[in-house]
Amino acid sequence: MLKPAAIIGQVVLYGAFAAFIGYFATSPTYKQIPDDVSLIKLSISHLGERNCRKRTPEELEKMPRNMRAPLDCPRERSDIKLEVDLDGKPLYQTVMHPTGVYKDGVSTTYKRFELKSGVHQLSVRMSDNVAVAGFPFVKEAQITLKPAQVMVIDFNPDKGGLFFR
Amino acid sequence: MRNTAQTLFQRSEEAFDTAFDGQHNPLRHLGALGLYLLWLIVASGLYLYTVLDTGINQVYTSINHLSVEQWYLGGILRSVHRYASDAFILVMMLHLLREWAYGRYTGFRFYSWLTGIPLIWLVFASGIGGYWIVWDQLAQFSATATTELLDWLPIFSEPSARNFLTPESISDRFFTLIVFIHLGIPILLILGLWAHVHRIASVDYLPSRRLMTGTFITLLLLSLIKPALSDAPANLAQLPAELRIDWFILFLHPLTDLTSPAVIWWSLFASTALLCALPFLHKHTPAPVAVVDGANCNGCRRCLADCPYAAITMEVHPTRHGFKIAVVDPDLCAGCGICAGACPSSTPFRSQETLVTGIDMPQQPVNALRQQLEGALAALQGTPRIIVFGCDHGASVASLASPNTAAISLMCTGILPPSFVEYALRTGADGVLVTGCRSGGCEFRLGDHWTTERLTRQREPQLRGTVPADQIELVWASANDGATLAAALTEFKTRIGTQIGTQMALTNRLQPYQRRTPHHA
Repeated sequence: MLKPAAIIGQVVLYGAFAAFIGYFATSPTYKQIPDDVSLIKLSISHLGERNCRKRTPEELEKMPRNMRAPLDCPRERSDIKLEVDLDGKPLYQTVMHPTGVYKDGVSTTYKRFELKSGVHQLSVRMSDNVAVAGFPFVKEAQITLKPAQVMVIDFNPDKGGLFFR
Repeated sequence: MRNTAQTLFQRSEEAFDTAFDGQHNPLRHLGALGLYLLWLIVASGLYLYTVLDTGINQVYTSINHLSVEQWYLGGILRSVHRYASDAFILVMMLHLLREWAYGRYTGFRFYSWLTGIPLIWLVFASGIGGYWIVWDQLAQFSATATTELLDWLPIFSEPSARNFLTPESISDRFFTLIVFIHLGIPILLILGLWAHVHRIASVDYLPSRRLMTGTFITLLLLSLIKPALSDAPANLAQLPAELRIDWFILFLHPLTDLTSPAVIWWSLFASTALLCALPFLHKHTPAPVAVVDGANCNGCRRCLADCPYAAITMEVHPTRHGFKIAVVDPDLCAGCGICAGACPSSTPFRSQETLVTGIDMPQQPVNALRQQLEGALAALQGTPRIIVFGCDHGASVASLASPNTAAISLMCTGILPPSFVEYALRTGADGVLVTGCRSGGCEFRLGDHWTTERLTRQREPQLRGTVPADQIELVWASANDGATLAAALTEFKTRIGTQIGTQMALTNRLQPYQRRTPHHA
């Protein structure tokens, strides 16, 4: 038979256990970003170009007839160069390297940028062949970000290249 | 630091003993309590699984329906599932800390220690994944934060966080996958738990019924008072505002925000490596292991039944046809001596000058114990003459010695064969007090338990029925309970003193025994 003191002790200890579990299961609350901040996620996954070289007639002559492809395309992919400007100032610049042992995989990047909500001028430039000067893919736009809004910068050649959403 | 932690645990356990008895004390049965919580999680989770719709839009509504419309069953089960998971994490971490504090990670225990470490990873993997299934704002936060953390590791060709870029990124398949992962990891966890307890015998798969009932009622009341509810539905185009985060399971996410994925991963890898290295960093001097004497072992299996660490197996006896013999695995033997206490050959009534038993401990052989007892009895003066058998890990008995009281400290109370109690009473003692660690607090898990059962005639080898129970006292006292033990001894001595000379004592008195060495010995 339990003594009254033991019963009270058990009620107190079980109560403390429940209070501890119950409190830390939801509290204290966590705020990842302040109220007036928005988020830009830059996420690009793309295969760089292959730097092909045109074979000379002499080279082709030396090759078996069935293998005389006019272009010599190595397996490796080009690095991808990316620049992001926000409100006219550089925000991020990187050179994405192809993945894989033979450097023939996709080049990827994933970055988060927290910025004040409101109107901003965003400019993104990308080159998927560093052997060629300049940026064949450019996207510039004035964006309006609401508090806590997430905007994504992505790339899809089937959708015209760089895009914001 | 470990000594401080050990003292803290000891004091807490002793404080809990005032409310719970040793066998119901949650701090002394954290492993069993964790297993019970796991079964609660599995049982409640199976119901949630049957009603979950894994469609992209339905996953949120089906779970929300449970909490709101079917609060009396599905809602309560969901809350029990969540709170039992949080309690499981708490109990698991306390279990880890307690075993470390008591130094139970080295020597023969290193296997249980090492097999426990991967389970921590599995528990958190399963717990974090479980939050994703709800697909509310907390799930969105956790999924994004987890994948961003995972992407620091060079294991994906594309960042896995790309799967949570926009609302269109998620498909029905995703939730089917998550549910299977959330079911698969606990199955691995149960397999891991089997390995974790593989090297111990008489495992407490469940705590006492009273502790289970108390824990369940607590979780049930908590579920009713504060039901687990979903946040707003996930929307990947919007960051969740204020999150009611589960700090038991999801604490890594804010910690990552505060530091960086690199810091988190290196901390996780370093702490795991440290936990794995602990058994090898600690200088451990192995205790001498039990030794079997073939001539005195008849294969009765009592040592096998009582060994707390499954260190004994039975094999065919090499010289006695049709008999088995106990074989001790030195890697598993804790050197506790509980097997010697279980051996029926360990009786001091045997007439050999040198008592050789079937299984014995080199550091405290049964023969030495008999000699020590006989010497102590011969030296006792006055009345009542009391023999105290104590435990090296419990309350110290050395200070209890006096002209009429002899104190003998044992490696573990479990090494004491019950026949020694009768032997003491028949060779001059008026009373015998047996003391050891508090219930559930035995250094070797089962010493106090087996001793109680042997002396109360519930377990073989048991104290013979002719031995009067009122001449024996059992006192379970921890190393901090010296005063309690002394008080119990004083009370016992007073009781025995008043009995001496009474008609009852004369009636109950056992026939004196004089051991003689046979001529052929």
